[in-house]
Amino acid sequence: MLTYVGRRLLAAIPTLWGVATAVFIMARLLPGDPARVIAGVLATQDQVDRLRQQLGLDQPLPVQYLDYMSGLAHLDLGTSAHFGSPVAGEIGSRLPYTAELALAAMAIAVVLGVLGGVVAALRRNTVIDLAISAVSVLGISMPTYWLGLMLIVLFAIQFRLLPAAGADSPTSVILPATTLGLLSVGLIARMTRSALLEVLAQDYVRTARAKGVPPPRVVFVHAFRNALVPILTAVGLQLGALMGGAVITESVFGWPGVGRLLLDSIFSRDYPMVQGLVLLFAVTYILVNLLVDLLYVVVDPRVRYA
Amino acid sequence: MSATHSGVGRARASGVTRSTERALADPVWRRLLRHRSALMGLTVLGVFALVAILGPLLVPFDPGQQDLDHILQPPSPAHLLGTDNFGRDELLALVHGARFTLGLGVMAVMVGLGVGGPLGAVSGYFGGWVDMLVQRLAEILLAFPTIVLALALVAGLGPGLRNVVIAVGVSSVPGFIRVVRASALQQRALTFVEAARALGVPSWRILVRHVLPNAAAPIIVQASIQMGVAILVSAGLGFFGLGVQPPTPEWGALLGEAHNYIFSDANLATFPGLCILLTVLAFNLTGDGLRDALDPRLR
Repeated sequence: MLTYVGRRLLAAIPTLWGVATAVFIMARLLPGDPARVIAGVLATQDQVDRLRQQLGLDQPLPVQYLDYMSGLAHLDLGTSAHFGSPVAGEIGSRLPYTAELALAAMAIAVVLGVLGGVVAALRRNTVIDLAISAVSVLGISMPTYWLGLMLIVLFAIQFRLLPAAGADSPTSVILPATTLGLLSVGLIARMTRSALLEVLAQDYVRTARAKGVPPPRVVFVHAFRNALVPILTAVGLQLGALMGGAVITESVFGWPGVGRLLLDSIFSRDYPMVQGLVLLFAVTYILVNLLVDLLYVVVDPRVRYA
Repeated sequence: MSATHSGVGRARASGVTRSTERALADPVWRRLLRHRSALMGLTVLGVFALVAILGPLLVPFDPGQQDLDHILQPPSPAHLLGTDNFGRDELLALVHGARFTLGLGVMAVMVGLGVGGPLGAVSGYFGGWVDMLVQRLAEILLAFPTIVLALALVAGLGPGLRNVVIAVGVSSVPGFIRVVRASALQQRALTFVEAARALGVPSWRILVRHVLPNAAAPIIVQASIQMGVAILVSAGLGFFGLGVQPPTPEWGALLGEAHNYIFSDANLATFPGLCILLTVLAFNLTGDGLRDALDPRLR
């Protein structure tokens, strides 16, 4: 088990390195002079030159690359052009908000999705089953930004039940988390349904039923545990979609997390910040997938990798 | 294309039940029309495509025409979906915007297929270090959530139609690499490819004449699903003001403008979003139907 964890961690390193390099290349491929962009149109040539030197942009590319990489190794993402403070610190102060939003959204998606999937599997080919596949295709087709606006219109403007934006009250998280969570409900439900149906058709389930195990116990104890691996995969895949969705949701609801910071930084042309945030999203995605892979072994001892 | 495919399908279906065999004998389009959700998707797409092509001819009014005496009007017989903050007719804007939103999707998917298709074919057919390299590239691109990658690219390239097509197209590359690679990998082992190689047909010719055409089925399914994603992302860029710029009535940009009037005039935001949702939904339903119709054994 430990060797497996170690091997998986080692295997993730080339991908992480590739992602960091891709972000570096993307930032350097941009047309225009970053120093000029950061300094603003009103800056004198002298100021631009000084900034260029300060940012190390006058160095040859390989030197810049080494600087960038060694900075990353020390978790140094550079200095924000907009805030004038370290990028890592700005990101760190907003990360808890995004974590709160993502966890709340995931909780909504998992609870509704798994419940819906179980019901659909037990009531196969009924109206409920059909409704759940409809919700699932609606979920992947829904423009997140529009769903958010419609929820604001309904619950914040029409019924005045919940705040439309910001993070000032404890109820503020409800609308953005619902927006984000609803998108994943359908896919998790669909995966739960098919995984459970497959397990329920197996001999050991029939044996359990034949010897008189109460039906709820058969479904939730005997069958559900063995259906967990595909469900976990679906949840893991949705975490990636959730991160992209967080950028949109946070911006629509004025939620002060890293997703909104990304859009704000694009508008203020804060390239060091954009670079740091894009890297953060990709690295989080890789690590979450790694975690899901490792959880397989915990959930299902049959999955023997080592 | 359909002939090639059902030929392959029939050859493989020897051990399958009779009903599946009969289903395979039908042409693809008939199987598609029997598929209820695909039929729904295709109908919606047909209507939107007609609107995109003929709409501006049928209602030849300038969607930018302002009428400052009638701003932010609710739906009425004169303005079926109401008017915006400059008194522009919302329905007219949506009709004229259809070609931009649909066109963005089509062009972005063409970029994704144009780059990802050849990479996937080469990767799957040759294997070895080429495959390694392409796979690592796909893995790296996949690590960025689609909208984040598109945002990052547009942040550098700047807004506008062409740059949105590039940004969204690049984000759809790994999907096409994966699908075409899987198909090329499968075909590499088939007899007709082996025969072509034995006859001395050059590799590039085998790829172009045999491998790519035989990957048509999975490519079409993938393209249909990617169309939905591409429209969602490019309209999202428009919504945030980073895509096609107003006054071009692209649906995402319309929705972004409506966002400012959400407290006073909610229905202005309702319709562009509904159009985006319906279009993407239609592509996803059609994609599901195509998958079933092109490969009935998967049912």
